[in-house]
Amino acid sequence: MRKLFEFACGAALAVTVLGGQIAHAQTSMDDPLRDSYYENLTGKKVVFVPVFMGLDLTEGWSKIMDTQAKDLGYSYEVRNSNFNTSAGAQTITSLISEKPDVIVVQNPDVQSYAKLLQQAEKAGIHVIQLNMKTNYQTTGFVGADVELIGEKQAEAAVEKCAGGSQPGKILVLAGPPTSPFSAYMLKGYENVLNGNAGVQIVSVQSTGDYESSKAKSITQVVLQQHPDLCAILGVWDNADVGTAAALQEAGKADQVFLTTSGGGGELACKGLREKQWQYYVSYDVPGQGRDLNDLILAALQDKNPVGSTRTVLYTPLVTYTPETLGDEKCWTLDTLR
Amino acid sequence: MGSRIDEASAKGRSGLSRVLSRLPGGGFDQLRIVTLLFVAIFALYALILPGFLSIGNLLTLMRTVSVLGILGLGMAIVVIGRGIDLSMIASLCVPAAVVLTLAARGYGIVPSVGAGLLMAVAIGLLNGILVAYAEIPSLFTTLAVGIGIAGIGQIGVFDYEIVSWPPQLDPIAWIGRGALFGMPYSVLAFGVAAVVIGVFLRRTRPGMFVYASGDNPGATRLTGIPLRPVLVMQYVISACVAFFAGMVLSASSASMDTRIFNLTWIYDVILVVVLGGIGLSGGRGGVINVVVGTLLIGTIMNGLTIMNMPFEMQNLVRGLVLLFAVLADSLVNPRNEETSQQGDI
Repeated sequence: MRKLFEFACGAALAVTVLGGQIAHAQTSMDDPLRDSYYENLTGKKVVFVPVFMGLDLTEGWSKIMDTQAKDLGYSYEVRNSNFNTSAGAQTITSLISEKPDVIVVQNPDVQSYAKLLQQAEKAGIHVIQLNMKTNYQTTGFVGADVELIGEKQAEAAVEKCAGGSQPGKILVLAGPPTSPFSAYMLKGYENVLNGNAGVQIVSVQSTGDYESSKAKSITQVVLQQHPDLCAILGVWDNADVGTAAALQEAGKADQVFLTTSGGGGELACKGLREKQWQYYVSYDVPGQGRDLNDLILAALQDKNPVGSTRTVLYTPLVTYTPETLGDEKCWTLDTLR
Repeated sequence: MGSRIDEASAKGRSGLSRVLSRLPGGGFDQLRIVTLLFVAIFALYALILPGFLSIGNLLTLMRTVSVLGILGLGMAIVVIGRGIDLSMIASLCVPAAVVLTLAARGYGIVPSVGAGLLMAVAIGLLNGILVAYAEIPSLFTTLAVGIGIAGIGQIGVFDYEIVSWPPQLDPIAWIGRGALFGMPYSVLAFGVAAVVIGVFLRRTRPGMFVYASGDNPGATRLTGIPLRPVLVMQYVISACVAFFAGMVLSASSASMDTRIFNLTWIYDVILVVVLGGIGLSGGRGGVINVVVGTLLIGTIMNGLTIMNMPFEMQNLVRGLVLLFAVLADSLVNPRNEETSQQGDI
């Protein structure tokens, strides 16, 4: 009996020790992807060519790209073209000979950089177009479906303005004429408003380079001509601060329904809470930043010839009204991770 | 060869301009041409555009160009003194953005505005000293200083390039917003600036010195006028006027968009000055020229907006009208011995 007990104890001990050893062996294992992943990324180079730094959009995207580059050990730099299309074109031309691995470019209009981007891809550089694209498709596009933004804004205005005895009067504010954010957004407006007898577009005007002072003066002139204006379809939150100021000064902030769009930063929330605009389409900069970083990683790991895959990632849009905003905290540069 | 050109131009003068100079008032200078052009366009709009002549629209018209007009007044002082200040847009946006930023951080209204004013004075002093004492041409000095000042904003003084109007400054927001007895404050600001600068130029001794320094700097110095300090003063005044315009603009649009430095505003400012008839050769013109030039631009733009003219078309029409005004001036007032010798820019 005693022997049997000793044997049982010994067996139990052996099992425990052995089992412990097996468990210990299972805690550690090499991830076969990891080393090559990091090795592949170190030393790679990504360059961002924005239209203009110092805006909530560009600073936000840039911070997100920079953070990932630092974490993963590839280099990231910004070449600001400072609202100067020819300076931007020069930057891209010199980048073609510098050969970074990826160029992220925000296009001022649908045409200017198209040929250069084509050349860059021929030279073996992946080109990712960000939010404002040319009519030439490159490795990747991350950004809003601008036509859809236009449709959403127009639908909101129709809901507000159609149905009266007279057609509701609508003012359209656009950006620079050849900018994707003007041309495609106008297309979206047309899709909804053309042929709709309940509304009438009384004026379509450009705010120049998205200037808030120009937006303000246009709004003032049009309000004089059409005191019964029903809605304004704005182009971008930063410019429409001027539009809202004009409405407030004229005492028409309650009467005229202002819709706008933007990156969903703190200005979006502020404008909605202070009833500057009543409808806001956000293209969600933090979400775009994640999409962008993913495309950059895909491009950096791509072993196929440049241009063999082309990906379009339209940002899921988020719409806000003062009622649906709730306690939403719009992003600031400090909250971006 | 040169004499033949002079003869030809003299002949041209004897033809067209002799007829025109018989009109009441004698000469037929650019100011008259632009005034006539303004009246003609104004009358045309009043006829064809319903609602153009309403008080509301006329006030809106004035309000649209009031900031441009204020800037034009500052520029006029420098141009009359035979210089040019290309840094005005930088002096408009950067000090005003500094005021908004400081106020938003809770420094109080007076210290914030004081800091902005100090910055504007510093920009003016820098321009003036470089032009007057280092004798660098004003074109290059102010171009470089302007780029430098705008760059200060971009290297991270402000969080964003577009600085929004903080609620802490609301007690002084009236300088660009709202109206007094139906008259918008920004138009009043233009009026006040015009009166102050008009009195300065025509009724005070330093104002006379500005004309003298622009008309003939050499003779000015010989007569014992302190030429260099007068030059410095011109740039300090233009920077301060630009700062004032900046505060009006930022109160009006509820934000200060420092990107405007990169746009073509400075050309518009030079335009209203030159269009009104203040020659770049200095010593000529006054406040009334700026007012007429500003009104002409404002009227053109207002009508084109009412007509819902596309953006490119607006620029085209504006360009053509200006070309016409300048062309008319050089036809009626051909260059002569005196004007062709003065330093044009």
